[in-house]
Amino acid sequence: MNLKLIGGAAALALVSTLAFAGAGAVADEYKWMTFAVFGGIIALTMYVTYWAARQTHSTSEFYAAGRSVTGVQNGWAIAGDYLSAASFLGIAGLISLYGYDGFMYSVGFLVAYITVLLVIAEPCRNIGKYTLGDILAFRNNPKASKTVAAISTITVSTFYLTAQMVGGGVLIKTLVGIDYHVSVIGVGILMLTYVVFGGMKATTWVQIIKAVLLVTASILLVLFTWGQYGFSLPGFLQAVVGDPKVQAQVAKLVGDAATNMTPEELGQRFLEPGLFLKNPIDQISLGMALVLGTAGLPHILMRFFTVPTAQDARKSVLWAMGIIGGFYVLTLFLGLGAAINVGPVDILALDKGGNMAAPLLAQYVGGGADSVLGNLFLAFVAAVAFATIVAVVAGLVLAAASAMAHDIYVGIIKGDRASPQEQVIAARLSSVIVGILAIAVGIAAEGQNVAHLVGMAFAVAASSNLPAIIFTLYWKRANTYGVVAGMIVGAMTAIGLVMISPNMTYPQAVLKEARKVLEGEPAQPAKEAKPAVAASSFMCELFAMEGCVKSEPAKAASIEKPAKPGAAEKLTLLNEKLATLTDAKDIEKVKKDIAATEKAKAKAESDLRKFDGQTTSMMGLEKPFFLLKNPGLISIPLGFLCVIVFSLMFRDKRAEEMWDELYVRQNTGIHAEGATAH
Amino acid sequence: MAKTVMNWAAIDADPRFQTLHRKKTAFLWGLMLFSVIFYFLLPIGSAYFQELFKVKVWGPLNIGIVFALSQFIVAWAIAGIYARRANREFDAMAEAIIRDAHNIR
Repeated sequence: MNLKLIGGAAALALVSTLAFAGAGAVADEYKWMTFAVFGGIIALTMYVTYWAARQTHSTSEFYAAGRSVTGVQNGWAIAGDYLSAASFLGIAGLISLYGYDGFMYSVGFLVAYITVLLVIAEPCRNIGKYTLGDILAFRNNPKASKTVAAISTITVSTFYLTAQMVGGGVLIKTLVGIDYHVSVIGVGILMLTYVVFGGMKATTWVQIIKAVLLVTASILLVLFTWGQYGFSLPGFLQAVVGDPKVQAQVAKLVGDAATNMTPEELGQRFLEPGLFLKNPIDQISLGMALVLGTAGLPHILMRFFTVPTAQDARKSVLWAMGIIGGFYVLTLFLGLGAAINVGPVDILALDKGGNMAAPLLAQYVGGGADSVLGNLFLAFVAAVAFATIVAVVAGLVLAAASAMAHDIYVGIIKGDRASPQEQVIAARLSSVIVGILAIAVGIAAEGQNVAHLVGMAFAVAASSNLPAIIFTLYWKRANTYGVVAGMIVGAMTAIGLVMISPNMTYPQAVLKEARKVLEGEPAQPAKEAKPAVAASSFMCELFAMEGCVKSEPAKAASIEKPAKPGAAEKLTLLNEKLATLTDAKDIEKVKKDIAATEKAKAKAESDLRKFDGQTTSMMGLEKPFFLLKNPGLISIPLGFLCVIVFSLMFRDKRAEEMWDELYVRQNTGIHAEGATAH
Repeated sequence: MAKTVMNWAAIDADPRFQTLHRKKTAFLWGLMLFSVIFYFLLPIGSAYFQELFKVKVWGPLNIGIVFALSQFIVAWAIAGIYARRANREFDAMAEAIIRDAHNIR
């Protein structure tokens, strides 16, 4: 029965995607290549699911693959779980558009694993069972700690999941032209099939397959791009500095300051910090959430329950660090390679966030848009991106479902007295519920700005889960009161600050921008250079309070700027110009301009309609009150502080009595949950 | 398999366990502290020491890029140092305690 169902789901996903393909980065005549590659990946993963389903009967097999995953396998699976489409396509894109600043993101993702390796992986393997709730319930009040742990797990996973579903849907549409709803449902059906039938075993192997594909694709691309320069780092960077497309991009980014710079200086500027990240405090805040949040992500934590011993958990982090770090070093070459070979203008033409940099680079190294090999490469990268989304989503659904079934249903509702069969049914049923919810949320959130949701997931994990885990594992005085208070305060602060941050939509700013597009801008007189202004106090850097002077960077002198025409006027001008042109290249360029202007006009008009009459954000604010995009700087210390303060204020007998056992067991692995024999 | 009853407090108080605990604590949190400080030098440096980051050392290769790449090397080195010590020393110490655990009363 399982085989038929699995095969049916695969066929359904493939057929539905085939039927709805519209315009995308992959040209129509080469789409069959993408589908062939992706069909191959689906076939392979479905076979794995079928094989895994036959070995998945007990809860330990469903949640933890029977604790039979080896360290090396788990290392690859962690990489597959962690390297989302955002990091593969997004970071390569940021580097291709902003150079150095994009690469700074890469670093944090690897450093995060030091926390995982040193303080999380082995102890959690030694005392944990299936979920974050199990770890916290070891010495804290089981019901209270499982409740907050489950809520936190579901919150973090939902944020992450929504970002993946929406981002994935948009990405697949841009890449292959598949309708947004169809790709969200397609991703949902595939991921449900893996999780519900094959549990952790199938999910693990889907993640391994995806990680191998992703790493292979990246290595191949880098071999081609870097190989042109004989694998010389200065040679490659010299090509970046000397590239006119890169120089033009820097000139656009630095604005008026570019007038006094030589082309060589402009190119070199691409390799220096400050083109994208303007607010250092925000940058540090993001860094804190990244480095401390990873260790609190439930879907990463869950991976350590799949290996037989703490030594294997250690080995798996080492492998994961090798793979993840190696991958992020490659992003430097992918991003800069795309900048010189494809160019920021063409990358931006397809996607504003730069997500198409790596796929376009693949097309270029294969021989360009008109070559078979180029399109095969593009098709391959597109299929890998699809597989990436599915694999990450599967891990997230499994984490959320385990919190729902194991912590809430079995732990709290049934008081740990559920029969083995009942537990497995609860696990599968929860996976179906979470999966369907993920599809529904993905469809409901279409067109929403979800980029900040991943940051929020990391921030909540760092402010809520991590303090609770660390103090439970390492601090004798920690107890239920501290853990519950810390988790609630940490999570609420992180979420609350984001709600009043610049990440939200503020109608007045949107309306102003839309009017600028439609009505044009008046001429600007020449301005003199201005020195930097410091904020009046540190708090003023964080909050928009009364009487605050905001910090401003130094501004170079600017020359007089002519008035900019409104969209309608600009279109008339462009059309008049088009009529006079004869050169095919110029005509092509003006046509592109017209298309871009029309797109901007349509967006501005729809914004005007959507926000007409509104003056405040959904939180009732006219402009952001919290000035950082990332809440970690405040919410993480607050989460840690709350655990300490509330633990000291109240006493909890069980937490104290269980300390010796917990501490001995987390260090030695005595009585750790063993592997199930097959 | 039924799990034997252990006297956890006695094991915790055992000198061998105390040695393991002391060595591990100092080593782990030391490494952790170092890695966090080293990491935050990157965003701090790129924001407040831009002139230093711009200094070219090898063709167009500047200190900023070298420092960012060094973050990878240092992260791997920390992982390597930890793994070496854990594999050679901590595992053996824990093993000795595990073997003797049911005798510790």
